[in-house]
This record gives sequence, structure tokens and C-alpha cells, in this order.
Amino acid sequence: MAKITEAAQTYSFSRRALVMGGLQGGVALVLAGRMAWLSVFENERYRLMAESNRVNLTLTPPRRGWLVDRNGVPLANNRTDFRVDLIPDRVEDKARVLEALRQILKLTPEDMVRIETELKRAAGFRPVPVLESLDWERYAATLVRLPELPGVQATQGFTRNYPLGAAVGHLVGYVGTASAEQYQKDKDPLLVAPGFKLGKDGLEKTLEDRLRGTPGAKRVEVTARGKLVRELATRDDRPGQTVKLTIDAGLQEYASRRLGNESGSAIVFDCHSGHILALASMPAYDPNAFSDGISRSEWRMLSEDDHIPLMNKSLQGLYPPGSTFKPATALAALAAGVDPKRVVYCNGGYTLGNRRFGCLGRHGPMTMHTAIARSCNTYFYTVGREIGINPIAAAARALGFGAEHELPLPSQRYGTIPDEAWKMRRYKQAWTQSDTLNASIGQGYVLVSPFQLALSAARLASGRMLQPSLLHAAPRNFAPLPFPAEHLAIVRAGMDEVVNGHGTAGASKLQLEGIRMGGKTGTAQVRRIMDANRGQGGAWKYRDHGLFICFAPVDNPRYGASVVIEHGMGGARAAAPVAKDVLTFLFDRKQAVDRLHALEAEWGGNIAERMAAKAQAWKAAQAPQPPTTAVVPEDPAEAAETVASAAANASVNAIDSDASSAGAQEPVE
Amino acid sequence: MKPPSVGTSGIVPQPLAMLPWKVILLVVALGGFGLVVLYSAAGGNLYPWAFSQGVRFLVFLGMAIVLSRIPESVWAFGALPMYAVVLVMLIGVEALGAVAGGSQRWLDLGIIRLQPSELMKPVIVLALARFYEMLPASEIRRFGALWPAAVLIGLPAALVMLQPDLGTALMIVFGGVSVMFLAGIPLRLFIGGGLGLAIAVPLIVNFVLHEYQRNRVLTFMSPESDPLGTGYHISQSKIAIGSGGWFGKGFLNGTQSHLDYLPEGHTDFALATMMEEWGLMGGVFVIVGFGILIGWGIAVSMRAKSRFGRLTAAGLSATIFFYASINMAMVMGLAPVVGIPLPLISFGGTAQMTVLICFGILMSIDRHGRRVQRW
Repeated sequence: MAKITEAAQTYSFSRRALVMGGLQGGVALVLAGRMAWLSVFENERYRLMAESNRVNLTLTPPRRGWLVDRNGVPLANNRTDFRVDLIPDRVEDKARVLEALRQILKLTPEDMVRIETELKRAAGFRPVPVLESLDWERYAATLVRLPELPGVQATQGFTRNYPLGAAVGHLVGYVGTASAEQYQKDKDPLLVAPGFKLGKDGLEKTLEDRLRGTPGAKRVEVTARGKLVRELATRDDRPGQTVKLTIDAGLQEYASRRLGNESGSAIVFDCHSGHILALASMPAYDPNAFSDGISRSEWRMLSEDDHIPLMNKSLQGLYPPGSTFKPATALAALAAGVDPKRVVYCNGGYTLGNRRFGCLGRHGPMTMHTAIARSCNTYFYTVGREIGINPIAAAARALGFGAEHELPLPSQRYGTIPDEAWKMRRYKQAWTQSDTLNASIGQGYVLVSPFQLALSAARLASGRMLQPSLLHAAPRNFAPLPFPAEHLAIVRAGMDEVVNGHGTAGASKLQLEGIRMGGKTGTAQVRRIMDANRGQGGAWKYRDHGLFICFAPVDNPRYGASVVIEHGMGGARAAAPVAKDVLTFLFDRKQAVDRLHALEAEWGGNIAERMAAKAQAWKAAQAPQPPTTAVVPEDPAEAAETVASAAANASVNAIDSDASSAGAQEPVE
Repeated sequence: MKPPSVGTSGIVPQPLAMLPWKVILLVVALGGFGLVVLYSAAGGNLYPWAFSQGVRFLVFLGMAIVLSRIPESVWAFGALPMYAVVLVMLIGVEALGAVAGGSQRWLDLGIIRLQPSELMKPVIVLALARFYEMLPASEIRRFGALWPAAVLIGLPAALVMLQPDLGTALMIVFGGVSVMFLAGIPLRLFIGGGLGLAIAVPLIVNFVLHEYQRNRVLTFMSPESDPLGTGYHISQSKIAIGSGGWFGKGFLNGTQSHLDYLPEGHTDFALATMMEEWGLMGGVFVIVGFGILIGWGIAVSMRAKSRFGRLTAAGLSATIFFYASINMAMVMGLAPVVGIPLPLISFGGTAQMTVLICFGILMSIDRHGRRVQRW
């Protein structure tokens, strides 16, 4: 019995051993199948993954294309610099690393605050700039200590450089690191490459595609711990294109400097080509400082300044043109058949119903020529009322007012050229005669930008529908203005008289042999005149704006320009002298520059020196306050936009409310 | 499998001629391939791994040949005493760990650090084989056939789990249960046990396992969920194997291992290191090699004349099988990372020693079987 059982057991063993062997064979097949699956069927995928493990691609930011003026003088170029960055992900002991960097790089407490804030805000992969454009000594000192400072990166690269500084601030804009949102949107690894900057404002922003270039790349083999094994391949960067502007660097700088401590703008056109030779707006920020990333206190200083250095006033500032609008009214009157020889008697004002619209003086008998020269309101009230608002608006639009022009700059405001339809649309009210009277002297609802003023001067002077251009290109032909040449000649003669005869700007006659400037002054009210100062004194922000449009030479106009001085109290007083010097610069540099030096000696130095002094004073005044109250916006461009448009809106609103009670307005000039 | 040829020329001495040279050659081939892999893993260098591993391999192979000379009866007689000694050593390790205030797996014998848990892998097979040999055939379906085996397996497994070493504990259990299966324990118990495990495993994972062990299991379920933490090992290992293709990137050309992306590329993940450079062909070579070795072991068990010999040979083959297959499954992401090296390939003396001890005992049983046959 036992024997049989044992035999049965042996049989059972053999069976079970075979079953087990079979199972093991099955497992072996599964394992082999898995091997084949991974290494043959999924081979492509895993080979790529192994490659991406092994090979690390680093991008070298391309050198940015230059911005040069019409003569090839650089407005924006690049200079070699050394920089130190922090890669948040790789930092092991933040406190220790930051302290070491503070000592090596001699960082200020302000730098430290900025770095801490940016470290908190940054995603792990995005390098946080510690210090840019540092000198060789400090760069070398950092290099030496790199091994003990994980996460710190010291590189040599290029920084954007703006030789003219603040003088081109609003025109060229500035560059900065890409924001986290931009990276989320584009997913372009170049955006987070250390040292890469893109245009944030001005031409730098709008010409980004042409200026950026193609990044260089370095493929390196790295170990899992990030240690470099060898370089595999390097591709050089392709620099961005050089873009040639119509700007005349010398003139641009001169205009900016000549604006001095005022808040205002100066624009110069070439009357033949429509080229913008200067587009200055002051005060401005220094784009060099902005491109390095500005500190908290710099930011606060700029955003709290009542002269609004963050706003490009030449395009975004809107002002009632005042008497600089009268050439448009004159052209409309001539087109409507008003005889230029007709005499209107000025007894110091104009009565409409029971309202009195004043003139600046009792001019007596006025023809169109003398009315322009002496800026007689009564004359323009009279003819304006006769022809009505619609022809005036049409003439103004033909001169370039009320429209946005094609410019490679991020934002412009087109202002208001009111007419009957506009008022109905905007206020649901019928147009009144008093509205016409106000509009015919450039007050009331009329709002224009300094850029449009300059364009109107250039169009008047050339007699052509000049289209403004900022990028240098082949000259274009422009259609003539829809005004007969005789009409234009009459207005130009009146403007000649303004400066060179019995006019409002006689003091600003060009001191040049055989070259005369024609012009028109304007003084625009900021608010209803309620106090004794009547806009001619008192608090700065309630003073009248001073405006001036001009062209030269009178006989064969070559340049058209406008100057607007905010709260300058009068066109003849504040704006015309600036325009005179700026135009003088085009004909006689030495005379203009000598005059500027004399002025700058009075003001306390050139732009950079005065800005530095101002920053110093501001800092001193702010010292007691803890530096934590202000928030540096992540993207200065956006914030600047907000500040600028808030300011612009505020001024427009103030004017609107004044304009709606136009009857009580005191006339000026 | 047909018995290895036996030399008849007379020039080779009888004991040497009696050795199963073909299988020894196979083991040498696998071990030698392991050295090639370790040479590459060290960046084309004999040091620090390939040389010491090679020396150890020769020593342990010599030991295996010596073990093969020990008669099967001695193994049978000594099985239970050896089990007792190893069990005491396991308790000793545990006690030492408790005194030293930390967990410890090895005993420092001065010359070598001995891992008793490793010795337990073949010894549990010997002990159970001996137990079932002594058990009368009629008893096999009784409870008396079951509980002593369960105790024999449970004690060391529990001690090893305490170390804690999940991989080794599992292998002890698998080896023991294999012998129970081969001994003829009723099938329904295995089926029932399997079902019981299916219910118990999730509970064990959640309530018994250590944090790191639980992580390994959870990571195994979805390695991609944690690509830089615990899943890193498996992900990188799959990349290494997958990027190898049919024939690999070539000797010394593996990037995953040489640039340190593959962790433990010379120990637990040596298969990945190898397959990155040798491709599917290398992997198939290793599987086929182990397949022949294990198949030979099963053939030895079929030929064995005693019940002890049969159970031991099949049980030791199963131990080698579990060793190799769990490692391969783990490296390819089919099993949790439990820290079992690939025998004969991975760097490290313990697995090498265990497998060559198994091989030695197998050769001893083989010799006995053939001698009996010849009579």
C-alpha cells in the first residue's frame, strides 16, 4: 500500500515539476516579450528619452538688431556685459547663497529686496537676474566661487544700450525679460534663456520680430547631476536686423534736451518725405535703467511724478489746440468762400445772444492775414459761425487731426474733432452755435495730440497729404491737400507774419540769414478760469498749456514742427522759443548748441545729470519710509501704460467738463 | 535533457570527468557576461567592480564544485541542523540590530559579512525537502503535512520581514511554497491560498508594509506618477532597456548608465545597463541562459532517485528562477522594486554565493542520480 502511494507520489511529483517548469517557461516568455516590447516596439520613444536625458540644449540669446538714425548713428545697440543669475531650482541653501552673493557682488539692500521678490515670483526654471552689467573684477570673483554656490550662473552676454538715454526713451522704448505669462503662452525656451530680453515698449516692442534674430544653440552632453561631459555642437546666433529710422539722432537729442525741465513734447517732420526727424517727449525714463530692471524706488519715483515721465506725450498727450487750430478754421473759411480781404472789426469780443465770447485784445479792423498774425478770436468767431462746424471739422481732418496715423509705435490717441454728428453721438445733444465759436478757436471739444499738430504744420507747409513715416524707406509721393494753393499761401503768409511781422511770436524769430520760420502760437486752458491767476500762475497743474506749430523756411518749406509745453502758460512764452531753437539746430548747429549750453547751465546740467540729481533728492526725501509699501509691477510696460492712460483720461475728463460749460469760458489770445 | 557526456579517455581523472561540464560552461558564460557588463558600468574599467566580482566568482564556483562532491545523503542528514543554525543566525542579526539600535541584515564574521537571510534561501528548500521525505506518503493530505512546513517557512520569513527586507522574505516564502507544491500538498490549498493573497495583499500593503516598501508598490502601479522620486528608478531603467533596440548601442556606449541617469546600474539594475549596450539579443541570451540552467535543474530533479533529491533539485531550480525572474520583472517595470539583484550578473557577493550554492547542491544531486543510474 505504502509502496503504491510512494509511486503515486513520484508520479505526482513529475507532473507537478513539469507544470512548474511550464509555468517558469511561460514567465520566461512573458519576460522576453516585455524585453522585445520595450526595446523593439517602443524603441523610438525610449531612444528619444535617452537622448533628451543625455543632451542638454542651451540657447544663447541672439544679439539684438540695432536701431539707427537716418545717418546710421545708433539709437539702440548692444554692449558686452557680464551678468550673474540664479536658477531657483538649483539653489540649495538660499540664505547662504544670497549672503555670499551680497558680499561678492556688493549688492545693495534694494537689490536684495528685488532678488527676494523675484525669487518668490519665479518659476523654478526661470533664471532670476542677480546683477547685470557688472565689471570684470566682480564677475571673476563670482566665477571663482561658483563651485560652492549651486544655482548661481555667471555668464558673458550682451546688454541693450541706448547711447542717447532718456532722450530716446519714449521713442525706442526698452527691453526686459519675458514675463511668466508670455512664456506660458509661447512656450519658446528662448524666452527663459538667461540674458534674453524682448521689447517691452516703443519701437523695441513693435519691431520685435525684426530685431530679435535667431538664437544660437549649444548642445552639450551632461550627466544626471548636471555635470558637463562634452560639447556636441554649437550653432552661432544670427543677430537681428538693423532697422534704419527716419529720426535724426542729433535733432532728437537736441529737442529732448531743449525741452529742459518742462513737461512737453517736440516733433519735427521733413516736409518733403513725411519723415519724422524728431519725436521727443519729456520728461522720460532712461531706457538703459529700465532694461536692467528697475528698482522699487526708481519705479515709485517715476510713477509718482506729476510730469508723468512714463507717458509718451507726443502721441498720447491730448490737448485743446487753442489758437494753433486757427489755420484749419482759416482754410475752412477760405474754402467756404470767405474773402480773405474782408474786414472784421474786433472790439474785444463777440456777442452771441446774451453771451459774450472774449478776445485777448481790442484788435480793431482785422483781415484774415492780420487775424492769424495777432491771433484775433473775434475774427474766427465771426467766420466760424458763418460757415458752421462741419467744414471746419473737414478741414481739420484734412490736416491730420482726429485720426490715428500708421506708426510703428504701440499706442497713440487720436483726440477729438467735433462736429454735429459727433456731439449727438457722444452727448445726445444738438450742436449749438456757441460750440462752433469755441471750436473755431481750438477750444471746447477739440482735442489733438502734439504729433497731429506737427503733422498739420508739415501738411500746411508742403501742401501735400504727407503720411508720417518713422522707418526709413523709399520716398513716397503724396497727393496734394484738398485746398487750393492760393488758400494755403494766405495762411502761410499769416503764419509768417506771426513770427516775422506784427505777430504773437515775434520774439522767436530765427536768428539766421535768409531763413524765416512761419508759425502759430496757441494757449490752451486746462480748466475753467475761476481763480485770480486765470491760468497764468498759481498751481502748476492748473496753468495753461503752451503750444506752437511752425515750419521753415517760409519760402520753400522743408521742416514742419510742433512744440507743446504742458502748463507752460502760453505758446509764445513757452513753446515758440523751444521751436525756434530746434529749427535753428537744423540750419546752424553751433548757434543752437551754444544756446542750449547756456540754458542747461541755468537748469543744472544735461538730462542725465538732472535726472540723477532728482533721483538723489527723491531718495533723500523718501528715506524715512520703509521700502515695502510700493509694489513693483511685474511688467513695467503694462504698468506704464496704465499710468499713462490714467493721466491722459484725467486730462480729457477735465477738459470735457470745462467744455460743457463753454459759455463761461474766458477766451485767451 | 540527455545526461552530460562522461569522459572515457582516462586521461582526465574520473571525478573531474564526472562533472556536468556543459552546465558549468553555461554558468561561466553567464558570470563572464556579468563581468563584461560590470566592466562597462565602471566606464570601461576593471575596478571597482569587475575584478573583485570575477575573483569572487571563481572562489564561489570552486566552492560549488566542492559542494558537488558532498554526497546527497549528507545534505539530507544535515538539512534540518543547518536550518536551525541559520535560523539562530537570523535571530542573532535581529538581536544585534536591536542592541545597536538600528536594523541590520548581516553578521560581521571578520573576513566576510554574512547575510543569514541569503543562506536561508537554499536552506529552506533543503529543510522542507527533508521534512517531506521523512513524512509518510499517506500523511501528505493531512494537516500534519501542512503546519510544520508553514512554521518552517513562517519563522525565517517573519524574521527577514523584520529587518525589513521584503524581497528576501518573499523569496524564502516562494522557495518554500514551491517545495510544498512539489511535495504534493492538495491543489485546492494553493488555489485557496492564492485567493486569500489576492484579498490580503492590499491590506498588507496598506497596514503592514513600511513607508518605503509601500511607496515601491504604489510606484510600481504607476511609475510615471512620480518621475523624479521613487518612480525614477523604473522610468530610467525602462529608458535604458528601450533605447537599446535589437542589438544595443554597443559595448561601452550606454549613455543611461555612463552618465548616471540609471541608478544602481551595477547592482539591481545591471540588466538595464546590459540591455542598453547589448539590446534585445543580450536580454534573450540571459533569459535563455537561465532557462537552460533551470531546465537542467528540473531534469536533475526528474532523474533523482530519492524524494529528498527530487524535491531539493526542483526547489533549488525554483529559487534560481525566482531570483532571476523577479529581478528582470522589476527592472522592466513588471514588478515592484523589491531590491533583488540579478544573480551571476549584478555586482555583489551574496546573490552570487546563493546561486552557486544552489548550483553546487544541484550538481551533487545530479552526480548521485547518475551514479545510482549507472549501477
